[in-house]
Amino acid sequence: MANDTSPRPLEALGGGDLTLTTSPHSHSGVGTARLMWIVNLSLLPCLASGLLFFGPGVLLPIGGAIAGAVGSEWAIARLTRRPATVRDGSACLTGLLLGLILPPGFPPLAALLGGVVAIGLGKAVFGGLGNNIFNPALVGRAFLQACFPAMMTDWSKALGAVDAVSAATPLGWLKFSPPEVPAAQVTTAISKLFFGNIGGCIGETSALAILIGAAILLGTRVANWHIIASMLAGGFLFGGLFHLLGVAHAPSPLFHLLAGGYLFGAVFMATDYVTSPSTWRGQWIFGLGIALLTILIRLFGGLPEGVMYSILLMNAAVPLINRGTRPRVYGAKA
Amino acid sequence: MSLRSFRGGVHPHEHKELSEHKALEVMPVPAEIFLPLGQHLGKPAEPQVKKGDYVRCGQVVAAAAGPISAPVHCPVGGTVKRLVKGHVAGGITADLIVIETGEPPAPAEGDAPRDGSPLLLPPLPATADGPTIIERVRAAGIVGQGGAAFPTAVKLSPPPGKTIDWLIINGAECEPYLTRDYRLMLERTEALVEGIVLLGRPLGDGVKLGIGIENNKPRAIETVREVVAARSAPIEVFALRTKYPQGAEKMLIDAATGRKVPPGALPMEVGCVIQNVGTALAVRDAVLEGRVPTTAALTVSGLGVVEPKNLYVTIGTPIGDVLRHCGGVKPEARRVIVGGPMMGFAAYSLDAPVVKATSGIIVLTEAELKAPPETPCLNCGKCSDACPVSLLPGRLAKLSELKRYEDARDLGVEVCMECGTCAFICPAHKPLVQYLRLGKKRVRALPRKEG
Repeated sequence: MANDTSPRPLEALGGGDLTLTTSPHSHSGVGTARLMWIVNLSLLPCLASGLLFFGPGVLLPIGGAIAGAVGSEWAIARLTRRPATVRDGSACLTGLLLGLILPPGFPPLAALLGGVVAIGLGKAVFGGLGNNIFNPALVGRAFLQACFPAMMTDWSKALGAVDAVSAATPLGWLKFSPPEVPAAQVTTAISKLFFGNIGGCIGETSALAILIGAAILLGTRVANWHIIASMLAGGFLFGGLFHLLGVAHAPSPLFHLLAGGYLFGAVFMATDYVTSPSTWRGQWIFGLGIALLTILIRLFGGLPEGVMYSILLMNAAVPLINRGTRPRVYGAKA
Repeated sequence: MSLRSFRGGVHPHEHKELSEHKALEVMPVPAEIFLPLGQHLGKPAEPQVKKGDYVRCGQVVAAAAGPISAPVHCPVGGTVKRLVKGHVAGGITADLIVIETGEPPAPAEGDAPRDGSPLLLPPLPATADGPTIIERVRAAGIVGQGGAAFPTAVKLSPPPGKTIDWLIINGAECEPYLTRDYRLMLERTEALVEGIVLLGRPLGDGVKLGIGIENNKPRAIETVREVVAARSAPIEVFALRTKYPQGAEKMLIDAATGRKVPPGALPMEVGCVIQNVGTALAVRDAVLEGRVPTTAALTVSGLGVVEPKNLYVTIGTPIGDVLRHCGGVKPEARRVIVGGPMMGFAAYSLDAPVVKATSGIIVLTEAELKAPPETPCLNCGKCSDACPVSLLPGRLAKLSELKRYEDARDLGVEVCMECGTCAFICPAHKPLVQYLRLGKKRVRALPRKEG
């Protein structure tokens, strides 16, 4: 050959080993683990609000859920001889999310079981990260709700500085009050919902803390604004519709958005990459669907809250939504 | 300043500061040059010389082999040492003419004339008509400087029935590190404006002239606008949003005219022709001065090179010689890219020569090449959000992986221009472009679709 190459061409010029790949030769540097740890970080304000309103005891169920999730992620990787994935932060995130949507006095051992189910049944059986259909943390919570219905709705064990209303959540108070009681008497003030000194799950009560988390996710471009916006718009739209129609005890749309797990679900649960649509049109269908189902369950269903089941139901529709909302190839005719 | 752009894209770290302030300088001619016969898209040229021949600067050493081809001129005087196969950029081997540079000895008495062809082509007047310009461009072997190296004369001759109403000059230079178009726009602004006017003439009287420049080059936008105004040339200067791949033909057309090139079609389908800044200058030099391309203007940069520069390099110079001229590479250097880091080729051999369309030699370090580990796809949709041609790269990669090529075709894999945007943004660091390339290749081999 005319220009036969030396075996280490770069060394002759003062460099190291020459490496070869096809283009592109550049990457943004933001990987899966970075994204997951940013979401973990964005949940810290919610953890702080839980600690503030319910006391340090909340660390027990949260710790249990994280231990269950991370432990099973590690064990499953070991048993199936797959590479360890604990350091990518996704199992820790599942555990933390699950912990934050448990009641403050939830037994840590049951939380640990929930964490194991979240990773084992929610994720690993589908083939691990990226392959699951349902949000793993919500699978864990649905499992706990089915196994321990009493403990999952026991708000009396709140340990901290919550007032007398802590025995009921704002949604429960509204739902289980007799219809003849005027709605105004059983509706929690918006300001309380905003700061979070009310009964509820550990990380869900403070809209302020959740909004700080949302700002982190949107500021770092980790979360997609379409899902959050569509859930908020849908809650406002459908909540407002039934409120205007005068359905008994139908609260104002703002109440819907701030009460229960709505905001937490919109910011941290529905935005899970793996279980949400990947096109913006699909994301709007997804968010509006969750909003509609949630409002229907809250107003007409047997449960005071419906965010969890609404997200899980819409998770199941994601493959269909993705298929139906494929973008048209650039320049192609309609 | 109103900015034009397209939907999608990414913004990689530009690193233009390494070389943007360095004026183009001429690199000395090396002792030996390697001229590939195929420096363009199309059929490789046919050699016209044999071992031992003396060749002069500007002499045709290989002639165009058909309508979609381009001749190769010798950029310097010298002696043909051999015709062989050797390394070229892109990791492949190809036919090369090896020339020992240096003026040949004076002919002894009684020697036959060595070569009757003129060293240079006669200069043409600035008023030369369209066909004359096309003929000159073809004779000078000018190819597109934007990367694909398509013979320029072919692009200037739209088939009958196609009306071209826009000639847009690509001054986007959206690849990181590259600054040679920027330097050319600053240093040869007058010539560039002359070149644009000449390039427009073969396309007809109605053609509008434009040049698109990314707004990370405000001095270039300003300088070109000033010269255009001073000469009252009919050229519109578009300021483009700095975003990769703004310099892709389809994206540039979209930004400048709002037209969208249909899948599988060429820009002329929507009445547009795109030419690079370097191409416009080469055409101007060939027409007004009778010069054939003998050097490539290119950027040598990257954190791994000792002294980044913008250079005029004699065509055929091995890239190793160019790096040596720039002080060599640093110990942490790991990869040499011919072109830009998003679409360029990793050099397998530093003996591969600079060709007509070489725009840069980028040396990347270990730190620059560091990327997060590959994980399963998260379905995050960042690839499809960023894809400038609205594909679903993650889905297409999966289909390629599963060998479901018909499905990949139905989802438009052939529209992929391999710009690398998806692979750049993918948090799971999936080899998306690689899978799409595979898919495209396999789809092309599929039997034609019915209807």
